[in-house]
Amino acid sequence: MKLLALIAVLMTGALLLYGTIDMPDWGDPHSPASIHVSPRYIEKTMEETAVPNVVTSVLADYRSYDTLGETVVIFTAAMACILLIRRPRT
Amino acid sequence: MELIISKYNYWVYIILMMIGFYAMIGKRNLVKKLVGMNIFQTAIILYFVSTGAKRGASIPIVEGGHGEAIHAIHAAHYVNPLPHVLMLTAIVVMVSTFGVALALIIMLYRRYNTLEEDEILELRK
Amino acid sequence: MIAHLEDVIIQTVCRILIPFIQVYGLYVIAHGHHSPGGGFQGGVILGASFILLCVAYDINEAKRRLNEKLNTMFCSLGLIIYSGIGFVCLVLGGNYLNYSRLGHILPVDSVSARSLGILGIEIGVGITVMAVMISIFLDLVSRGKHEEGLE
Repeated sequence: MKLLALIAVLMTGALLLYGTIDMPDWGDPHSPASIHVSPRYIEKTMEETAVPNVVTSVLADYRSYDTLGETVVIFTAAMACILLIRRPRT
Repeated sequence: MELIISKYNYWVYIILMMIGFYAMIGKRNLVKKLVGMNIFQTAIILYFVSTGAKRGASIPIVEGGHGEAIHAIHAAHYVNPLPHVLMLTAIVVMVSTFGVALALIIMLYRRYNTLEEDEILELRK
Repeated sequence: MIAHLEDVIIQTVCRILIPFIQVYGLYVIAHGHHSPGGGFQGGVILGASFILLCVAYDINEAKRRLNEKLNTMFCSLGLIIYSGIGFVCLVLGGNYLNYSRLGHILPVDSVSARSLGILGIEIGVGITVMAVMISIFLDLVSRGKHEEGLE
């Protein structure tokens, strides 16, 4: 059973390593993740929101709807734990 | 072959992912499987945050934000902030999943009085 | 049941440290604009200070400071603050969660109104995350039997 798991893990690792041929290099400033919309967030954050921390202004102003969904997710996790574990006092 | 060896940072992420993956499918105890899932998720978060790195760039907090002097802001001086933002959400989802999974393990222990996967499958027959 | 270990050194050190940890958590929430931090990080630090109180002392001792009914109400209070700010922006004429419209009721211009809106929702998120961390910890540790004093 463990030998089968080890073979599956090694094959998956080899396939993933084969897939990294097309990936961008380490620290490339022209990789596709850094040229689409994030320069606009960095350049416009001081004149539109007056908050120097770009991560906070993106998380709480430009993408505040996603943060609302994430807060609902963690609230739902607490409710799920309460409903599963707490027993009614008889 | 040189293309695979030159991207050495991806080796670290893949080795960490495979350690977590082996713990998820190779171990028999339920809590050990859960720890393997946690290692897997941490490796994915590390991979995503590393796609935003830039050579010679500093953290994504605009300098000179206290006073009124705003210099010209170049995007190449600052690390890409979008993966950091998305991974904050992913960390919160990781914690929520871990909490609910531990609650489910407590319910399984109340019902079957054991935490080994093969004993639970035996008791269900 | 696990016997509770009453150690004088741990209890004294925790009694001195916990207010400082809570002040640091509030500092991280309030300085989310200028340094790394924000709502989630500060909320986790505040929750961790309460968990330290549970670990050093008894659970009943910690629940005298913050009982579970108040804690579950804090879970919802943070979300109400977040959505409430969004609805106020909607009532004042803009889109949902468009903070520049808050400049109509607060005496600031529309750019600073966005900064104040960010601070408001970070406070809401911090309260919710603190209450959720405490609630999940109390549920998992005592396995539903909250009357007995475990740990």
